[in-house]
Amino acid sequence: MTALRAGRMDARGLVLWLLLPACLLGLAVASLATGYVDMPLLRLLQGSWAGELLPSRILLDLRLPRTALCLLVGAALGLAGAAMQGLLRNPLAEPGLLGVSSGAALGAVLALYTGFADAFALALPMAGLAGTALALAIVFFLAGRHTSSSTLILAGVAVASLFGALIALVLNWAKSPTAISEIVFWMMGSLADRSSRELALVLPFMLVGALLLWRSRRGLAALSLGEETAHSLGVSLPRLRSLVLLGTACCVGAAVSVAGSIGFIGLVAPHLMRPLVRGDAARLLPASALAGALLLTLADLGVRLLHTQTAELKLGVLTSLVGAPFFLLLILRSRSQMS
Amino acid sequence: MKPEALMNVRGLGLDVGGRSLLQGLDLQLRAGELLGILGPNGAGKTSLLRCLIGVSRPQRGQVLLQGRELAGWPPQARARRMAYLAQGHVVHWPLPVREVVALGRLPHGDGQRDSGRAAVQRALEQLDLLGLAGAQAQHLSGGERARVMLARALATEPELLLADEPLAALDPAQQLHIMALLRAQAGAGRAVALVLHDLGLAARFCTRVLVLHQGQLLADGPPGEVLDADLLARSYGVQALDLQHEGERCLLPWRLAA
Repeated sequence: MTALRAGRMDARGLVLWLLLPACLLGLAVASLATGYVDMPLLRLLQGSWAGELLPSRILLDLRLPRTALCLLVGAALGLAGAAMQGLLRNPLAEPGLLGVSSGAALGAVLALYTGFADAFALALPMAGLAGTALALAIVFFLAGRHTSSSTLILAGVAVASLFGALIALVLNWAKSPTAISEIVFWMMGSLADRSSRELALVLPFMLVGALLLWRSRRGLAALSLGEETAHSLGVSLPRLRSLVLLGTACCVGAAVSVAGSIGFIGLVAPHLMRPLVRGDAARLLPASALAGALLLTLADLGVRLLHTQTAELKLGVLTSLVGAPFFLLLILRSRSQMS
Repeated sequence: MKPEALMNVRGLGLDVGGRSLLQGLDLQLRAGELLGILGPNGAGKTSLLRCLIGVSRPQRGQVLLQGRELAGWPPQARARRMAYLAQGHVVHWPLPVREVVALGRLPHGDGQRDSGRAAVQRALEQLDLLGLAGAQAQHLSGGERARVMLARALATEPELLLADEPLAALDPAQQLHIMALLRAQAGAGRAVALVLHDLGLAARFCTRVLVLHQGQLLADGPPGEVLDADLLARSYGVQALDLQHEGERCLLPWRLAA
Protein backbone atom coordinates (compact mmCIF):
# COMPACT_ATOMS: atom_id res chain seq x y z
CA MET A 1 0.00 0.00 0.00
CA THR A 2 3.04 2.26 0.34
CA ALA A 3 3.22 2.20 -3.44
CA LEU A 4 -0.29 3.61 -3.60
CA ARG A 5 0.51 6.47 -1.27
CA ALA A 6 3.68 7.31 -3.14
CA GLY A 7 1.65 7.45 -6.36
CA ARG A 8 3.90 4.84 -7.96
CA MET A 9 1.28 2.20 -8.61
CA ASP A 10 1.26 0.73 -12.11
CA ALA A 11 -1.50 -1.19 -13.87
CA ARG A 12 -0.51 -4.46 -12.23
CA GLY A 13 -0.59 -2.89 -8.78
CA LEU A 14 -3.97 -1.39 -9.55
CA VAL A 15 -5.42 -4.79 -10.45
CA LEU A 16 -3.78 -6.43 -7.48
CA TRP A 17 -4.48 -4.00 -4.67
CA LEU A 18 -7.71 -2.36 -5.85
CA LEU A 19 -9.58 -4.52 -8.35
CA LEU A 20 -9.04 -7.88 -6.65
CA PRO A 21 -9.94 -6.69 -3.12
CA ALA A 22 -13.06 -5.07 -4.62
CA CYS A 23 -13.97 -8.38 -6.27
CA LEU A 24 -13.34 -10.17 -3.00
CA LEU A 25 -15.64 -7.79 -1.16
CA GLY A 26 -18.32 -8.34 -3.79
CA LEU A 27 -17.94 -12.11 -3.55
CA ALA A 28 -18.12 -12.00 0.24
CA VAL A 29 -21.38 -10.07 0.04
CA ALA A 30 -22.68 -12.53 -2.55
CA SER A 31 -21.67 -15.37 -0.26
CA LEU A 32 -23.64 -13.80 2.60
CA ALA A 33 -26.62 -13.42 0.29
CA THR A 34 -26.54 -17.00 -0.99
CA GLY A 35 -28.01 -19.96 0.83
CA TYR A 36 -30.77 -22.49 0.90
CA VAL A 37 -33.24 -20.16 2.51
CA ASP A 38 -34.58 -17.75 -0.05
CA MET A 39 -34.44 -14.43 1.76
CA PRO A 40 -32.83 -11.24 0.40
CA LEU A 41 -29.69 -10.06 2.16
CA LEU A 42 -31.29 -6.76 3.07
CA ARG A 43 -34.15 -8.55 4.78
CA LEU A 44 -31.66 -10.76 6.65
CA LEU A 45 -29.72 -7.71 7.80
CA GLN A 46 -32.84 -5.86 8.91
CA GLY A 47 -34.14 -8.93 10.66
CA SER A 48 -30.85 -9.58 12.47
CA TRP A 49 -30.66 -5.93 13.48
CA ALA A 50 -34.16 -6.10 14.91
CA GLY A 51 -33.24 -9.28 16.77
CA GLU A 52 -35.59 -11.62 14.89
CA LEU A 53 -34.66 -15.24 15.51
CA LEU A 54 -34.69 -16.76 12.02
CA PRO A 55 -32.84 -14.03 10.09
CA SER A 56 -30.19 -13.64 12.78
CA ARG A 57 -29.65 -17.41 12.99
CA ILE A 58 -29.28 -17.64 9.22
CA LEU A 59 -27.01 -14.66 8.90
CA LEU A 60 -24.93 -14.79 12.09
CA ASP A 61 -24.80 -18.50 12.83
CA LEU A 62 -24.67 -19.94 9.32
CA ARG A 63 -23.66 -17.56 6.58
CA LEU A 64 -21.26 -15.27 8.40
CA PRO A 65 -19.05 -18.08 9.78
CA ARG A 66 -19.16 -19.84 6.43
CA THR A 67 -18.14 -16.72 4.51
CA ALA A 68 -15.46 -15.82 7.03
CA LEU A 69 -14.08 -19.36 6.89
CA CYS A 70 -14.08 -19.23 3.08
CA LEU A 71 -11.97 -16.11 3.17
CA LEU A 72 -9.66 -17.42 5.89
CA VAL A 73 -9.17 -20.94 4.61
CA GLY A 74 -8.65 -19.69 1.06
CA ALA A 75 -6.19 -17.04 2.18
CA ALA A 76 -4.32 -19.52 4.38
CA LEU A 77 -4.01 -22.03 1.54
CA GLY A 78 -2.94 -19.39 -0.98
CA LEU A 79 -0.40 -17.91 1.40
CA ALA A 80 1.04 -21.29 2.36
CA GLY A 81 1.22 -22.30 -1.30
CA ALA A 82 3.17 -19.18 -2.21
CA ALA A 83 5.58 -19.68 0.70
CA MET A 84 6.09 -23.34 -0.15
CA GLN A 85 6.76 -22.60 -3.82
CA GLY A 86 9.17 -19.87 -2.78
CA LEU A 87 11.02 -22.07 -0.31
CA LEU A 88 11.36 -25.02 -2.68
CA ARG A 89 11.69 -22.77 -5.75
CA ASN A 90 9.33 -25.05 -7.55
CA PRO A 91 6.07 -23.89 -9.16
CA LEU A 92 4.63 -27.38 -8.69
CA ALA A 93 5.02 -27.32 -4.91
CA GLU A 94 1.81 -27.15 -2.93
CA PRO A 95 1.19 -26.67 0.78
CA GLY A 96 0.37 -30.35 1.33
CA LEU A 97 3.77 -31.42 0.03
CA LEU A 98 5.38 -31.44 3.46
CA GLY A 99 2.85 -33.82 4.96
CA VAL A 100 1.05 -31.35 7.23
CA SER A 101 -2.31 -31.62 5.48
CA SER A 102 -2.10 -35.43 5.59
CA GLY A 103 -1.47 -35.07 9.32
CA ALA A 104 -4.57 -32.97 9.75
CA ALA A 105 -6.58 -35.40 7.65
CA LEU A 106 -5.40 -38.41 9.64
CA GLY A 107 -6.24 -36.70 12.93
CA ALA A 108 -9.74 -35.87 11.74
CA VAL A 109 -10.32 -39.31 10.21
CA LEU A 110 -9.24 -41.02 13.43
CA ALA A 111 -11.62 -38.77 15.36
CA LEU A 112 -14.47 -39.76 13.05
CA TYR A 113 -13.54 -43.46 13.20
CA THR A 114 -13.28 -43.64 16.98
CA GLY A 115 -16.36 -41.55 17.59
CA PHE A 116 -14.23 -38.93 19.38
CA ALA A 117 -15.57 -36.43 16.84
CA ASP A 118 -18.96 -36.54 18.57
CA ALA A 119 -17.50 -36.19 22.08
CA PHE A 120 -17.75 -32.39 22.04
CA ALA A 121 -18.31 -29.63 19.53
CA LEU A 122 -14.74 -28.92 18.48
CA ALA A 123 -13.38 -32.46 18.78
CA LEU A 124 -12.99 -32.95 15.03
CA PRO A 125 -10.96 -29.84 14.18
CA MET A 126 -8.93 -30.28 17.36
CA ALA A 127 -7.99 -33.80 16.31
CA GLY A 128 -6.97 -32.36 12.94
CA LEU A 129 -4.69 -29.83 14.63
CA ALA A 130 -3.15 -32.58 16.75
CA GLY A 131 -2.50 -34.63 13.61
CA THR A 132 -0.83 -31.62 12.01
CA ALA A 133 1.45 -31.18 15.00
CA LEU A 134 2.41 -34.85 14.84
CA ALA A 135 3.20 -34.69 11.12
CA LEU A 136 5.20 -31.50 11.62
CA ALA A 137 7.21 -33.06 14.45
CA ILE A 138 8.06 -36.10 12.31
CA VAL A 139 9.10 -33.96 9.32
CA PHE A 140 11.31 -31.79 11.56
CA PHE A 141 12.85 -34.88 13.12
CA LEU A 142 13.45 -36.58 9.77
CA ALA A 143 14.81 -33.55 7.97
CA GLY A 144 16.87 -32.07 10.79
CA ARG A 145 17.76 -28.43 11.12
CA HIS A 146 20.68 -28.10 8.75
CA THR A 147 19.12 -29.76 5.80
CA SER A 148 18.63 -29.25 2.10
CA SER A 149 15.34 -28.58 0.38
CA SER A 150 15.38 -32.02 -1.23
CA THR A 151 15.70 -33.72 2.18
CA LEU A 152 12.79 -31.61 3.37
CA ILE A 153 10.67 -32.71 0.39
CA LEU A 154 11.63 -36.35 0.89
CA ALA A 155 10.72 -36.18 4.57
CA GLY A 156 7.40 -34.51 3.71
CA VAL A 157 6.56 -37.01 0.99
CA ALA A 158 7.42 -39.90 3.34
CA VAL A 159 5.14 -38.52 6.05
CA ALA A 160 2.36 -37.78 3.55
CA SER A 161 2.46 -41.33 2.16
CA LEU A 162 2.64 -42.90 5.61
CA PHE A 163 -0.33 -40.89 6.84
CA GLY A 164 -2.18 -41.60 3.58
CA ALA A 165 -1.64 -45.31 4.15
CA LEU A 166 -2.91 -44.97 7.73
CA ILE A 167 -6.05 -43.21 6.48
CA ALA A 168 -6.60 -46.09 4.06
CA LEU A 169 -6.11 -48.51 6.94
CA VAL A 170 -8.73 -46.70 9.03
CA LEU A 171 -11.17 -46.86 6.11
CA ASN A 172 -10.32 -50.52 5.72
CA TRP A 173 -11.17 -51.20 9.36
CA ALA A 174 -14.29 -49.04 9.49
CA LYS A 175 -17.18 -51.35 10.20
CA SER A 176 -20.31 -49.53 9.13
CA PRO A 177 -20.88 -48.06 5.67
CA THR A 178 -22.14 -44.92 7.42
CA ALA A 179 -18.80 -44.42 9.11
CA ILE A 180 -16.99 -44.92 5.81
CA SER A 181 -19.18 -42.44 3.97
CA GLU A 182 -18.83 -39.97 6.82
CA ILE A 183 -15.03 -40.18 6.57
CA VAL A 184 -14.98 -40.03 2.78
CA PHE A 185 -17.35 -37.06 2.68
CA TRP A 186 -15.27 -35.25 5.27
CA MET A 187 -12.16 -35.80 3.20
CA MET A 188 -13.82 -34.25 0.17
CA GLY A 189 -13.76 -30.93 1.96
CA SER A 190 -16.64 -28.63 2.81
CA LEU A 191 -17.48 -25.47 4.69
CA ALA A 192 -21.16 -26.24 5.14
CA ASP A 193 -22.63 -26.00 8.63
CA ARG A 194 -19.53 -24.58 10.29
CA SER A 195 -20.11 -22.34 13.26
CA SER A 196 -18.33 -19.38 14.79
CA ARG A 197 -16.84 -21.82 17.32
CA GLU A 198 -14.81 -23.46 14.56
CA LEU A 199 -13.89 -20.02 13.32
CA ALA A 200 -12.65 -19.02 16.77
CA LEU A 201 -10.64 -22.25 17.07
CA VAL A 202 -8.71 -21.97 13.82
CA LEU A 203 -8.35 -18.20 13.60
CA PRO A 204 -5.43 -17.92 16.07
CA PHE A 205 -3.50 -20.66 14.27
CA MET A 206 -4.03 -18.99 10.93
CA LEU A 207 -2.97 -15.62 12.28
CA VAL A 208 0.20 -17.05 13.82
CA GLY A 209 0.91 -18.97 10.61
CA ALA A 210 0.38 -15.86 8.50
CA LEU A 211 2.68 -13.87 10.77
CA LEU A 212 5.43 -16.50 10.51
CA LEU A 213 5.12 -16.67 6.74
CA TRP A 214 5.09 -12.89 6.47
CA ARG A 215 8.36 -12.80 8.38
CA SER A 216 9.88 -15.18 5.84
CA ARG A 217 9.22 -12.84 2.89
CA ARG A 218 12.72 -11.34 2.58
CA GLY A 219 14.34 -14.75 2.80
CA LEU A 220 12.02 -16.11 0.14
CA ALA A 221 12.83 -13.16 -2.13
CA ALA A 222 16.56 -13.83 -1.68
CA LEU A 223 16.04 -17.53 -2.39
CA SER A 224 14.95 -16.58 -5.92
CA LEU A 225 18.69 -16.44 -6.65
CA GLY A 226 19.53 -19.83 -5.13
CA GLU A 227 20.57 -21.00 -1.67
CA GLU A 228 24.21 -19.89 -1.69
CA THR A 229 23.31 -16.41 -2.88
CA ALA A 230 20.53 -16.19 -0.30
CA HIS A 231 23.04 -17.12 2.40
CA SER A 232 25.46 -14.49 1.12
CA LEU A 233 22.62 -11.94 1.29
CA GLY A 234 22.37 -12.55 5.02
CA VAL A 235 19.52 -15.07 5.06
CA SER A 236 19.79 -17.85 7.61
CA LEU A 237 18.48 -20.85 5.68
CA PRO A 238 17.77 -23.10 8.70
CA ARG A 239 15.75 -20.29 10.27
CA LEU A 240 13.92 -19.64 7.01
CA ARG A 241 13.03 -23.31 6.56
CA SER A 242 11.73 -23.54 10.12
CA LEU A 243 9.68 -20.36 9.68
CA VAL A 244 8.07 -21.58 6.46
CA LEU A 245 7.47 -25.11 7.71
CA LEU A 246 5.93 -23.92 10.97
CA GLY A 247 3.91 -21.17 9.28
CA THR A 248 2.62 -23.57 6.64
CA ALA A 249 1.71 -26.13 9.27
CA CYS A 250 -0.29 -23.53 11.24
CA CYS A 251 -2.11 -22.25 8.15
CA VAL A 252 -2.74 -25.53 6.37
CA GLY A 253 -3.30 -27.60 9.49
CA ALA A 254 -5.97 -25.17 10.64
CA ALA A 255 -7.51 -25.00 7.15
CA VAL A 256 -7.73 -28.77 6.70
CA SER A 257 -8.92 -29.30 10.27
CA VAL A 258 -11.92 -27.08 9.73
CA ALA A 259 -12.63 -27.63 6.04
CA GLY A 260 -11.25 -31.03 5.07
CA SER A 261 -8.98 -31.52 2.07
CA ILE A 262 -9.28 -28.71 -0.42
CA GLY A 263 -6.96 -29.17 -3.34
CA PHE A 264 -5.42 -26.85 -5.90
CA ILE A 265 -6.04 -23.51 -4.18
CA GLY A 266 -2.51 -23.47 -2.77
CA LEU A 267 -1.13 -24.52 -6.12
CA VAL A 268 -3.09 -22.27 -8.44
CA ALA A 269 -3.27 -19.03 -6.42
CA PRO A 270 0.50 -18.34 -6.56
CA HIS A 271 0.51 -19.16 -10.28
CA LEU A 272 -2.23 -16.65 -11.00
CA MET A 273 -0.57 -13.91 -8.99
CA ARG A 274 3.06 -14.36 -10.03
CA PRO A 275 2.74 -12.24 -13.20
CA LEU A 276 0.99 -9.49 -11.24
CA VAL A 277 3.85 -9.20 -8.74
CA ARG A 278 6.46 -9.70 -11.49
CA GLY A 279 7.90 -12.78 -9.86
CA ASP A 280 8.62 -11.09 -6.50
CA ALA A 281 8.42 -13.91 -3.97
CA ALA A 282 7.83 -11.45 -1.11
CA ARG A 283 4.88 -9.58 -2.63
CA LEU A 284 3.54 -12.90 -3.87
CA LEU A 285 2.62 -13.83 -0.28
CA PRO A 286 -0.17 -11.27 0.31
CA ALA A 287 -1.21 -11.43 -3.35
CA SER A 288 -1.57 -15.18 -3.22
CA ALA A 289 -3.51 -15.00 0.05
CA LEU A 290 -5.89 -12.60 -1.68
CA ALA A 291 -6.24 -14.89 -4.69
CA GLY A 292 -6.78 -17.93 -2.46
CA ALA A 293 -9.58 -16.19 -0.57
CA LEU A 294 -11.12 -15.12 -3.86
CA LEU A 295 -10.96 -18.55 -5.44
CA LEU A 296 -12.34 -20.40 -2.45
CA THR A 297 -15.19 -17.94 -1.90
CA LEU A 298 -16.03 -18.28 -5.58
CA ALA A 299 -15.90 -22.07 -5.36
CA ASP A 300 -18.07 -22.14 -2.27
CA LEU A 301 -20.60 -19.90 -4.01
CA GLY A 302 -20.53 -22.35 -6.89
CA VAL A 303 -21.14 -25.24 -4.53
CA ARG A 304 -24.24 -23.55 -3.15
CA LEU A 305 -25.54 -22.49 -6.55
CA LEU A 306 -24.99 -25.92 -8.09
CA HIS A 307 -26.61 -27.85 -5.27
CA THR A 308 -29.13 -30.55 -6.07
CA GLN A 309 -31.90 -32.07 -4.00
CA THR A 310 -29.80 -35.08 -3.07
CA ALA A 311 -26.52 -33.63 -1.92
CA GLU A 312 -24.42 -30.52 -1.91
CA LEU A 313 -21.45 -30.74 -4.22
CA LYS A 314 -18.38 -30.93 -1.98
CA LEU A 315 -16.09 -27.91 -1.98
CA GLY A 316 -12.89 -29.93 -2.37
CA VAL A 317 -14.40 -31.80 -5.30
CA LEU A 318 -15.26 -28.56 -7.05
CA THR A 319 -11.86 -26.94 -6.49
CA SER A 320 -10.16 -30.04 -7.86
CA LEU A 321 -12.57 -30.32 -10.80
CA VAL A 322 -11.89 -26.73 -11.79
CA GLY A 323 -8.33 -26.55 -10.54
CA ALA A 324 -6.91 -29.59 -12.28
CA PRO A 325 -7.81 -28.61 -15.86
CA PHE A 326 -6.74 -25.06 -15.09
CA PHE A 327 -3.42 -26.37 -13.90
CA LEU A 328 -3.03 -28.43 -17.07
CA LEU A 329 -3.64 -25.25 -19.04
CA LEU A 330 -0.92 -23.47 -17.07
CA ILE A 331 1.51 -26.29 -17.80
CA LEU A 332 0.71 -26.15 -21.51
CA ARG A 333 1.17 -22.40 -21.54
CA SER A 334 4.47 -22.48 -19.69
CA ARG A 335 5.62 -25.28 -22.01
CA SER A 336 4.93 -23.15 -25.07
CA GLN A 337 6.79 -20.25 -23.43
CA MET A 338 9.79 -22.46 -22.77
CA SER A 339 10.11 -23.70 -26.33
CA MET B 1 52.99 -0.77 5.46
CA LYS B 2 50.27 -3.01 4.06
CA PRO B 3 46.70 -2.12 4.96
CA GLU B 4 44.90 -4.30 7.52
CA ALA B 5 43.55 -7.48 5.91
CA LEU B 6 39.78 -7.49 5.34
CA MET B 7 39.82 -11.24 5.44
CA ASN B 8 42.27 -13.43 7.24
CA VAL B 9 42.36 -17.19 6.88
CA ARG B 10 44.58 -19.32 9.12
CA GLY B 11 45.21 -23.04 8.92
CA LEU B 12 41.94 -23.72 7.13
CA GLY B 13 40.98 -27.39 6.87
CA LEU B 14 37.75 -28.78 5.45
CA ASP B 15 36.66 -32.42 5.31
CA VAL B 16 33.51 -33.52 3.52
CA GLY B 17 32.33 -37.10 3.65
CA GLY B 18 35.63 -38.33 5.06
CA ARG B 19 37.59 -36.67 2.27
CA SER B 20 39.93 -33.82 2.97
CA LEU B 21 39.12 -30.98 0.55
CA LEU B 22 41.29 -28.24 2.07
CA GLN B 23 44.36 -28.53 4.25
CA GLY B 24 46.32 -25.93 6.18
CA LEU B 25 45.41 -22.94 4.05
CA ASP B 26 46.56 -19.47 5.02
CA LEU B 27 45.60 -16.36 3.14
CA GLN B 28 44.94 -12.67 3.54
CA LEU B 29 42.76 -10.47 1.43
CA ARG B 30 43.30 -6.70 1.43
CA ALA B 31 41.41 -3.75 0.03
CA GLY B 32 42.50 -2.87 -3.49
CA GLU B 33 43.46 -6.42 -4.40
CA LEU B 34 42.10 -8.44 -7.29
CA LEU B 35 42.91 -11.97 -6.26
CA GLY B 36 42.68 -14.76 -8.81
CA ILE B 37 42.11 -18.20 -7.29
CA LEU B 38 43.60 -20.75 -9.67
CA GLY B 39 44.06 -24.48 -9.74
CA PRO B 40 42.96 -27.55 -11.68
CA ASN B 41 39.45 -28.99 -11.30
CA GLY B 42 39.01 -30.52 -7.88
CA ALA B 43 41.81 -28.45 -6.34
CA GLY B 44 39.42 -26.97 -3.78
CA LYS B 45 38.74 -23.53 -5.25
CA THR B 46 34.96 -23.61 -4.81
CA SER B 47 35.35 -25.27 -1.38
CA LEU B 48 37.61 -22.40 -0.35
CA LEU B 49 35.07 -19.82 -1.50
CA ARG B 50 32.29 -21.66 0.29
CA CYS B 51 34.33 -21.46 3.51
CA LEU B 52 35.03 -17.77 2.92
CA ILE B 53 31.33 -16.94 2.62
CA GLY B 54 30.40 -19.20 5.50
CA VAL B 55 28.27 -21.76 3.65
CA SER B 56 30.75 -24.49 4.60
CA ARG B 57 31.97 -24.63 8.18
CA PRO B 58 35.63 -25.73 8.18
CA GLN B 59 36.66 -28.29 10.81
CA ARG B 60 40.07 -26.71 11.34
CA GLY B 61 41.45 -23.21 11.31
CA GLN B 62 39.88 -19.78 11.31
CA VAL B 63 38.19 -17.46 8.85
CA LEU B 64 38.24 -13.90 10.14
CA LEU B 65 36.32 -11.05 8.54
CA GLN B 66 37.70 -7.71 9.74
CA GLY B 67 39.35 -9.50 12.62
CA ARG B 68 36.20 -11.24 13.79
CA GLU B 69 35.37 -14.92 13.38
CA LEU B 70 33.05 -15.25 10.36
CA ALA B 71 30.47 -17.41 12.16
CA GLY B 72 30.24 -14.79 14.90
CA TRP B 73 28.95 -12.12 12.54
CA PRO B 74 25.22 -11.42 12.47
CA PRO B 75 24.20 -12.64 8.97
CA GLN B 76 23.00 -9.25 7.75
CA ALA B 77 26.03 -7.35 9.00
CA ARG B 78 28.27 -9.92 7.32
CA ALA B 79 26.25 -9.67 4.10
CA ARG B 80 26.65 -5.87 4.02
CA ARG B 81 30.44 -6.26 3.99
CA MET B 82 30.82 -9.26 1.78
CA ALA B 83 29.00 -10.02 -1.45
CA TYR B 84 29.16 -13.31 -3.29
CA LEU B 85 28.63 -14.09 -6.93
CA ALA B 86 27.62 -17.74 -7.23
CA GLN B 87 28.24 -19.96 -10.22
CA GLY B 88 25.43 -20.48 -12.69
CA HIS B 89 23.52 -17.20 -12.28
CA VAL B 90 20.26 -18.84 -11.26
CA VAL B 91 17.05 -16.82 -11.32
CA HIS B 92 14.11 -18.97 -10.27
CA TRP B 93 11.18 -16.67 -10.95
CA PRO B 94 10.37 -14.31 -13.83
CA LEU B 95 11.94 -11.30 -12.11
CA PRO B 96 12.77 -8.08 -13.96
CA VAL B 97 16.44 -7.07 -13.99
CA ARG B 98 15.93 -4.10 -11.67
CA GLU B 99 14.29 -6.31 -9.04
CA VAL B 100 17.13 -8.83 -9.24
CA VAL B 101 19.68 -6.08 -8.72
CA ALA B 102 17.55 -4.66 -5.89
CA LEU B 103 17.92 -7.98 -4.05
CA GLY B 104 21.50 -6.84 -3.46
CA ARG B 105 20.06 -4.27 -1.05
CA LEU B 106 18.44 -6.91 1.19
CA PRO B 107 21.32 -6.82 3.71
CA HIS B 108 20.74 -3.07 4.05
CA GLY B 109 16.96 -3.43 4.15
CA ASP B 110 16.51 -0.27 2.08
CA GLY B 111 15.41 -1.68 -1.29
CA GLN B 112 12.24 0.42 -1.19
CA ARG B 113 13.92 3.59 0.06
CA ASP B 114 15.83 6.28 -1.78
CA SER B 115 19.29 5.16 -0.62
CA GLY B 116 18.63 1.65 -1.90
CA ARG B 117 17.12 2.83 -5.17
CA ALA B 118 20.12 5.06 -5.79
CA ALA B 119 22.56 2.20 -5.18
CA VAL B 120 20.59 -0.02 -7.57
CA GLN B 121 20.59 2.74 -10.17
CA ARG B 122 24.38 3.17 -9.84
CA ALA B 123 24.97 -0.57 -10.19
CA LEU B 124 22.74 -0.72 -13.29
CA GLU B 125 24.63 2.22 -14.81
CA GLN B 126 28.03 0.74 -14.03
CA LEU B 127 27.18 -2.46 -15.84
CA ASP B 128 25.43 -0.75 -18.71
CA LEU B 129 22.11 -2.37 -17.85
CA LEU B 130 19.74 0.60 -17.82
CA GLY B 131 18.28 -0.42 -21.16
CA LEU B 132 17.51 -3.88 -19.78
CA ALA B 133 16.21 -2.80 -16.37
CA GLY B 134 12.64 -3.80 -17.20
CA ALA B 135 13.50 -7.02 -19.05
CA GLN B 136 12.95 -10.42 -17.47
CA ALA B 137 16.27 -11.73 -16.16
CA GLN B 138 15.37 -15.29 -17.18
CA HIS B 139 15.11 -14.25 -20.81
CA LEU B 140 18.57 -12.68 -21.03
CA SER B 141 21.63 -14.19 -22.66
CA GLY B 142 24.33 -15.76 -20.48
CA GLY B 143 26.54 -12.70 -20.78
CA GLU B 144 23.77 -10.28 -19.90
CA ARG B 145 22.74 -12.38 -16.93
CA ALA B 146 26.33 -12.47 -15.68
CA ARG B 147 26.32 -8.69 -15.76
CA VAL B 148 22.99 -8.55 -13.93
CA MET B 149 24.36 -10.78 -11.18
CA LEU B 150 27.51 -8.70 -10.86
CA ALA B 151 25.31 -5.59 -10.66
CA ARG B 152 23.34 -7.31 -7.90
CA ALA B 153 26.56 -7.94 -5.96
CA LEU B 154 27.77 -4.37 -6.53
CA ALA B 155 24.42 -2.92 -5.43
CA THR B 156 25.26 -4.23 -1.95
CA GLU B 157 28.30 -1.92 -2.05
CA PRO B 158 30.40 -4.45 -0.15
CA GLU B 159 33.97 -4.09 0.98
CA LEU B 160 34.70 -7.58 -0.21
CA LEU B 161 33.49 -9.28 -3.37
CA LEU B 162 33.91 -13.01 -3.92
CA ALA B 163 33.03 -14.53 -7.27
CA ASP B 164 32.96 -18.19 -8.31
CA GLU B 165 33.88 -18.48 -12.00
CA PRO B 166 32.17 -15.28 -13.12
CA LEU B 167 33.65 -15.78 -16.59
CA ALA B 168 32.24 -19.25 -17.21
CA ALA B 169 30.21 -19.50 -20.42
CA LEU B 170 31.00 -15.93 -21.46
CA ASP B 171 32.31 -14.91 -24.87
CA PRO B 172 35.78 -13.28 -25.04
CA ALA B 173 34.41 -9.74 -25.20
CA GLN B 174 32.22 -10.31 -22.12
CA GLN B 175 35.16 -11.91 -20.30
CA LEU B 176 37.33 -8.85 -20.94
CA HIS B 177 34.46 -6.58 -19.92
CA ILE B 178 33.88 -8.37 -16.61
CA MET B 179 37.61 -8.56 -15.79
CA ALA B 180 38.02 -4.84 -16.47
CA LEU B 181 35.04 -4.14 -14.20
CA LEU B 182 36.39 -6.28 -11.39
CA ARG B 183 39.76 -4.61 -11.76
CA ALA B 184 38.05 -1.23 -11.51
CA GLN B 185 36.22 -2.39 -8.36
CA ALA B 186 39.54 -3.34 -6.80
CA GLY B 187 40.96 -0.01 -7.95
CA ALA B 188 38.07 1.71 -6.16
CA GLY B 189 39.21 0.19 -2.87
CA ARG B 190 37.29 -3.06 -2.66
CA ALA B 191 38.89 -6.43 -2.18
CA VAL B 192 37.90 -8.78 -4.99
CA ALA B 193 38.61 -12.50 -5.19
CA LEU B 194 37.51 -14.66 -8.07
CA VAL B 195 37.92 -18.23 -9.20
CA LEU B 196 38.94 -18.43 -12.84
CA HIS B 197 40.47 -20.85 -15.30
CA ASP B 198 41.87 -18.44 -17.87
CA LEU B 199 45.60 -18.13 -17.18
CA GLY B 200 45.97 -15.30 -19.66
CA LEU B 201 43.29 -13.15 -17.99
CA ALA B 202 44.66 -14.02 -14.55
CA ALA B 203 48.17 -12.96 -15.58
CA ARG B 204 46.91 -9.71 -17.10
CA PHE B 205 44.27 -8.49 -14.70
CA CYS B 206 44.86 -9.97 -11.25
CA THR B 207 47.09 -8.16 -8.80
CA ARG B 208 47.71 -11.42 -7.01
CA VAL B 209 47.06 -15.09 -7.68
CA LEU B 210 46.64 -18.04 -5.42
CA VAL B 211 47.25 -21.51 -6.83
CA LEU B 212 45.60 -24.47 -5.16
CA HIS B 213 46.52 -28.07 -5.70
CA GLN B 214 44.79 -31.00 -4.00
CA GLY B 215 43.40 -28.74 -1.30
CA GLN B 216 46.73 -27.17 -0.48
CA LEU B 217 48.28 -23.83 -1.27
CA LEU B 218 50.88 -24.25 -3.99
CA ALA B 219 51.71 -20.59 -4.53
CA ASP B 220 50.54 -17.14 -3.51
CA GLY B 221 51.83 -13.90 -4.99
CA PRO B 222 51.83 -11.50 -7.93
CA PRO B 223 51.10 -13.38 -11.18
CA GLY B 224 54.36 -12.23 -12.73
CA GLU B 225 56.33 -13.99 -10.00
CA VAL B 226 54.11 -16.97 -9.34
CA LEU B 227 52.92 -18.22 -12.72
CA ASP B 228 56.13 -19.69 -14.07
CA ALA B 229 56.68 -22.75 -16.22
CA ASP B 230 57.50 -24.98 -13.27
CA LEU B 231 54.33 -24.07 -11.37
CA LEU B 232 52.07 -24.52 -14.41
CA ALA B 233 53.56 -27.96 -15.00
CA ARG B 234 53.14 -28.94 -11.35
CA SER B 235 49.61 -27.63 -10.89
CA TYR B 236 47.83 -27.96 -14.22
CA GLY B 237 50.29 -30.29 -15.96
CA VAL B 238 50.61 -27.93 -18.93
CA GLN B 239 53.31 -26.05 -20.79
CA ALA B 240 52.37 -22.49 -21.67
CA LEU B 241 53.30 -20.01 -24.32
CA ASP B 242 54.69 -17.02 -22.44
CA LEU B 243 54.98 -13.83 -24.53
CA GLN B 244 54.95 -10.07 -24.15
CA HIS B 245 52.40 -8.09 -26.11
CA GLU B 246 51.87 -4.33 -25.92
CA GLY B 247 53.97 -4.32 -22.81
CA GLU B 248 51.84 -6.90 -21.05
CA ARG B 249 52.31 -10.54 -20.39
CA CYS B 250 50.42 -13.01 -22.56
CA LEU B 251 50.13 -16.47 -21.09
CA LEU B 252 48.52 -19.23 -23.14
CA PRO B 253 48.36 -22.94 -22.25
CA TRP B 254 49.93 -24.68 -25.23
CA ARG B 255 50.44 -28.39 -24.65
CA LEU B 256 50.29 -30.99 -21.90
CA ALA B 257 53.53 -31.15 -19.94
CA ALA B 258 55.68 -34.19 -20.63
